[in-house]
Amino acid sequence: MDQFLQLIVAGLATGAIYALAAIGFTLVWQTSQTINFAQGEFVMLPAILVLTAAHLGLPMGVAFIVGSVAFVLLFGFGFKRFLVEPMQRHGVLPLAIATMALSVLIKEAAKNGFSAEAQPFPSLVPDGSVSVLGAAVSVRDIAIFVVAIAAILGLQAFITHTRTGRTMQATAQNPTVARILGVPVERMILLTFLINAALALIASYLISPVYLAKFSNGETIGLAAFIAAIVGGFNQIRGALAGGFLIGLIDNLAAAYVSSAYRTAVPLVVLVVVILVKPEGLLGRKEERTV
Amino acid sequence: MTRVLEVNSVKKHFGGVKAVDGVSFHVDEGEILGLIGPNGCGKSTLFNCILGQLTPTEGTVTLDGKPITGLYPAQLNRLGVSRTFQLLQVFPNLSVRENLILAGQEHKGTMLQRLFGPRDAGLTVDADRMIAFFKLEHLADQKAGGLSYGQQKLLDAAMAFMAGPRLVLLDEPAGGVNLTMLENLKERLQAINRELGATFVVIEHNMDFVMSLCSRVVVMAEGKVLAEGTPAAVRANPAVIEAYLGH
Amino acid sequence: MSRKLNTDLLIILIAVPILWFAPSGLKSYGLYVVSLWLVMSIAAMGLNLTLGYAGLTSLAQGAFLGIGAYATAILTVKAGWPLPAAFLVSTGLSFLVGVVLGFPALRVKHHYLAFVTLAFSVVVFLVARNEQWLTGGVYGLANIPRPVLFGTDLGGGLAFYRTVLVVTLALTLVMWWLLHSPWGRAFQALRENPLRAASLGVDIRAYTLLAFAIGSAFGGAAGSLYAPLVEFIDPAPFALSASFVLLLTVVAGGAGSFFGPFVGAFFSYMLPELLRATGGWYLIIYAAVVLVLVMVSPTGLLGLIDRWRDHQSQRRAAAIRAAARPTLASADKPTLENQGAAP
Repeated sequence: MDQFLQLIVAGLATGAIYALAAIGFTLVWQTSQTINFAQGEFVMLPAILVLTAAHLGLPMGVAFIVGSVAFVLLFGFGFKRFLVEPMQRHGVLPLAIATMALSVLIKEAAKNGFSAEAQPFPSLVPDGSVSVLGAAVSVRDIAIFVVAIAAILGLQAFITHTRTGRTMQATAQNPTVARILGVPVERMILLTFLINAALALIASYLISPVYLAKFSNGETIGLAAFIAAIVGGFNQIRGALAGGFLIGLIDNLAAAYVSSAYRTAVPLVVLVVVILVKPEGLLGRKEERTV
Repeated sequence: MTRVLEVNSVKKHFGGVKAVDGVSFHVDEGEILGLIGPNGCGKSTLFNCILGQLTPTEGTVTLDGKPITGLYPAQLNRLGVSRTFQLLQVFPNLSVRENLILAGQEHKGTMLQRLFGPRDAGLTVDADRMIAFFKLEHLADQKAGGLSYGQQKLLDAAMAFMAGPRLVLLDEPAGGVNLTMLENLKERLQAINRELGATFVVIEHNMDFVMSLCSRVVVMAEGKVLAEGTPAAVRANPAVIEAYLGH
Repeated sequence: MSRKLNTDLLIILIAVPILWFAPSGLKSYGLYVVSLWLVMSIAAMGLNLTLGYAGLTSLAQGAFLGIGAYATAILTVKAGWPLPAAFLVSTGLSFLVGVVLGFPALRVKHHYLAFVTLAFSVVVFLVARNEQWLTGGVYGLANIPRPVLFGTDLGGGLAFYRTVLVVTLALTLVMWWLLHSPWGRAFQALRENPLRAASLGVDIRAYTLLAFAIGSAFGGAAGSLYAPLVEFIDPAPFALSASFVLLLTVVAGGAGSFFGPFVGAFFSYMLPELLRATGGWYLIIYAAVVLVLVMVSPTGLLGLIDRWRDHQSQRRAAAIRAAARPTLASADKPTLENQGAAP
């Protein structure tokens, strides 16, 4: 029972990270039909940028700011402006292939430009555990969960309670109609890319203290984010959220109760079943667009 | 006269919507049957039921007396039912000749015979005859995507006749074609009917085109057959006039 | 069309003697690099059929490379089979697994299909890593023998390279035969317009499964040559990124162009070895170049040439048409005007 509770908390913490990445993934898909195969690398990179800035002699606080700003500029604004925009007219697949190339590029650049080894990343939360219902639960897991949920709630509040947020959501749901209604669609699309970068940034700072900062971290996270986004519903923020938690829980429970060697395979099996049985995702609505 | 196609009380319901509600008609060998009706009368749904894109809720469709209800489009085609689509459907990266060979090749032998047999499935001569018939000789080696809209429309129709079909269903062949090309198309369709004895059903909005091309016309309204007869008789039918002008 | 067929065969006819003799002066490392290029070209050729001609997105070609390599390694090392027999069985096995993987393609397309095949890749990798009793796990399988045919040892660098070249030639001719048969036409129809193809009697299901299976069989055949080439295999080269790189290879070379896979594989597998001096930076340069290439020409390097050629011939055709019939518009899309002509 203790172990089960620990697994649930760990699963929710991992799930929260996956949800952050999956929500960003879903947002950019909705507004600009971008399947970002580099999403995992987006989560891996900010921590590496911060450490690089620190290695250059900046104090840690400044390094955080420099790394964050550089990341959002490059992979929020730059990604949209210099990769997605010119590629969009070629269709979904060429754009997806371009992001695959980008993923290789980021990974190799991090490996050669920074380090091939895993590096420790400062944690804002102390190690240790607290007792919940008699089970020792990691403080860090709780903190990850709380921060991630706070970020998601913040995003949700922005979308439902501000004019810009509502406009952005309208754009996400139907860019064509939004354009006809006079919404500054391009600016709204850019906003989703900035939000995607910000979510990746948060995920990066949360997960890197646990898994250490390493160039190859993006592979697992990226895969989990795709699965979460598709399982939950490719066109729904709440779908990505639910998918993230589901995959986080399955991931941790499968590792303990199925087989640690095949833990990655279990979410994949879930993914394939969902794609074949209900391609629009568990919470998704049917896609009207033909791609 | 031999009946090629027989549609027996076909119904297609989507939830509570009765898109096609008990339609029966037949097509005789060698005739050009027009199928007309106002927008949303269910004629496209009916077409899709006959052609295997949709499965009828009720009713049967027979080809030469044999049931064909619920077969896949590819199976139907190999039984001799050919069609064109409302929107232009040629293969833009294949040449005109290759488009026609493709339209005939699946009717030649088995898959293995096609793999090891001649590269053109023995169809170059037939394809060139069809090209000549539709007067596309000067374009035979051009990619179909580079043709003008009207030329592609001709190719599209030619492809439907390539395999020597028992029955051809043309879905709005006149849509989007300019007047000169329209006359050309009509004249070619009549010629193919006369010379090869091809049988076809034409769905069309363009009344003049249907009335001058078809020997018999079926009018649909609200999922049912409203009238049937020669173009002149249908044109004079008060119910038809009501359906077209009354709303 | 027929003129193009002859150019393809002419290129093969010229290339084979050059490829047969040119590397004879190379040392064993150089021979390894050119052999690797040919092996990966075979895998890319298979994916080019599935993706480039039939239009089915697959992120599983790296996995089939692995299936072929492991099947061959297990059959030769553990069961003591001769390599040619192992080659045939590995290729056949990949074909069968390809048929099975083709079934999802009957239901989903595009990015969904990419994700299903991606899942398959990861599972294959996990099996290779975890089933130690069969695959040797992370320790891999060593001492994979090179072929001996009719008493002749083909294990030396040059002899093995030439063996690979002969197999590559044979498979290239098989692919050429296939693509120019009615099957090739049907595959292309499947990519361009499956609905219309079905209405012309093309059995979409059969051709979809075949496109997957044949493409996978080429992947397996490449793997079966890869194993004796490197003589030791572990799961690493068959990870998901291998499938990504193979996909990029096909796209960079020009998806749907006959020699695209060779050009792409040169780019992805030979240049890195040649540019080893730059250290790990090569992959960065490679990824950046592919990125720029995909952005400039989504149809790849050879697509760029094709586009130029099409442009030239279209200009010529337009000139002829303009001269013959000055009123005929050469628009390839319906204009609003002639759409509006019908009531």
